[in-house]
Amino acid sequence: MTSLLTDTRVVFSRELRPVVRDPFSVIFSMVQPLFFLGLFAPLLPGDGSLQWFVPGIIVMSCLFGSSMTGSNLLFEIQTGSHERMLVTPLRRPALLIGRALKEIVPMLAQAVLIVAVCIPFGFRLHLGGALLGLLILAGFCIGLGALSYTLALASKNTEWLFWTVQQTLLFPLLLLAGVLLPLDDGPGWLQALSKINPMTYVVNAERALFNGEVLTRHTLAGLVAAVLVGALGLFVGVRAMQRSD
Amino acid sequence: MIETRELTKQFKDVRAVDGIDLTVARGELVALLGPNGAGKSTTLRMLTTLIPPTSGSARVAGFDVARKQREVRLRIGYIGQGNGAGHSQRGRDELISQGRAYGLRVPAARKRADELIDSLGLGEVANRTVSTLSGGQRRRLDIAMGLIHAPELLFLDEPSTGLDPQNRANLQEHILRLRAEHGTTIVLTTHYLDEADSMAERVVVIDHGRIIADDTPQQLKAKHVGDRVILGFDSEQAAARVPDGTRDGTVVRITSDDGPRLAARLASLGPVSIEVVRPTLDDVFLTLTGRSLREDVAAPAPALLEA
Repeated sequence: MTSLLTDTRVVFSRELRPVVRDPFSVIFSMVQPLFFLGLFAPLLPGDGSLQWFVPGIIVMSCLFGSSMTGSNLLFEIQTGSHERMLVTPLRRPALLIGRALKEIVPMLAQAVLIVAVCIPFGFRLHLGGALLGLLILAGFCIGLGALSYTLALASKNTEWLFWTVQQTLLFPLLLLAGVLLPLDDGPGWLQALSKINPMTYVVNAERALFNGEVLTRHTLAGLVAAVLVGALGLFVGVRAMQRSD
Repeated sequence: MIETRELTKQFKDVRAVDGIDLTVARGELVALLGPNGAGKSTTLRMLTTLIPPTSGSARVAGFDVARKQREVRLRIGYIGQGNGAGHSQRGRDELISQGRAYGLRVPAARKRADELIDSLGLGEVANRTVSTLSGGQRRRLDIAMGLIHAPELLFLDEPSTGLDPQNRANLQEHILRLRAEHGTTIVLTTHYLDEADSMAERVVVIDHGRIIADDTPQQLKAKHVGDRVILGFDSEQAAARVPDGTRDGTVVRITSDDGPRLAARLASLGPVSIEVVRPTLDDVFLTLTGRSLREDVAAPAPALLEA
């Protein structure tokens, strides 16, 4: 017999299959973060700058990948393959959860790749903290992926809506999280905006954890932010999927 | 297999389906025929649980489509207008995923996928990415996906739209074979007249969301149009010997339920030519609605001109 769990596994492995068949797609989808690493990081002052910069780039890579993932669903809505899934006995929540969970896999692959590229340039890896950091990031990227799918379901008759919203939100989220430059010396209003951006807390937690500082308030705040984004994404995503036709 | 009562779907400002009562028995092959926008696809989408009815009810494969969606979904196959396979997937992978979606375990899903790849002649393309397949190959893959769980009832929405004549003939053959071998009940929508005519033994004509006729193609034609017998004579006097019909110089036209028989009977009057014109389903639609289904295919152009 099937259950929500087995249904989710079916959707998860279906989503993952093209990635497994063509692993290079993971690398192509992360060229932008690699550009920032190669062309922006050298501009940062000081010796420890890579240690500060790399965790943010890992979050950025997750933001870019997960926020775009809804476009796959949008395409499948247009071609008819989403309808094909809707007519099977698969439970509606599984159609969303399985897709969102899949986002973890390219995120992990990209994180490993970024770290591997940076170690020769002096990046020091604290494995325990990094693993905990990736766990927190997993929650965040499930949430982002689910929100992206929600946006795709809402844009099924208006493709431009998906890209407009995604592109409009992408850079404010990124810049206000202090991924590229620290916001400590910015004006008050900028810092205030940064404080309501959940990604800020995730980025701070990743920086602490990748540096091996596990028991800090950053870790806790990042965990809370990631869980909140994950829960919110799954909640609205499942509701949107249940209404999908 | 299917029983609907007053099945209705209201979209914002249009009543796409307007109180349809339809009963389909096990093993039937039924074609829903009508112009674009007649409500065929909306009816199908309600019967396959994709959209809920606004009012009325439908039982499909023994279960209510609004209350027992999963039970219905487990028992029906549906081949929609689009491509069921994801374009970035491989055909075989998609078939296995489909099998798993219906609760098959991996080895069983793999075995079933192999069977369908064989019977639909997809062997050479099953391991290729779907986006590289031709229209006809994708359509065959769609059919394979719809059949993965060997459903007892199969819905096809405009299955041959966009296919070239050869692929259409192929597809029709597959559908007919499926029915002959497994006794599958089949409901399809089409706006191709010859398709409805040659495949279905029951044609349900739909217009403006209502059923306006429901019978075998032969009966529809006999009841609503009839055969026309056209006799040519060498003189008007000879033509005048024909007891009924309309006379136009040396040519007489007569309408009949059984044209060939009438023609044989009238042959004794010594006509120089006899022609029996059998009606098409388009003639039936024309008689019923005053509009032609054929015109409908090209309808957007005049509409644009008027605007």
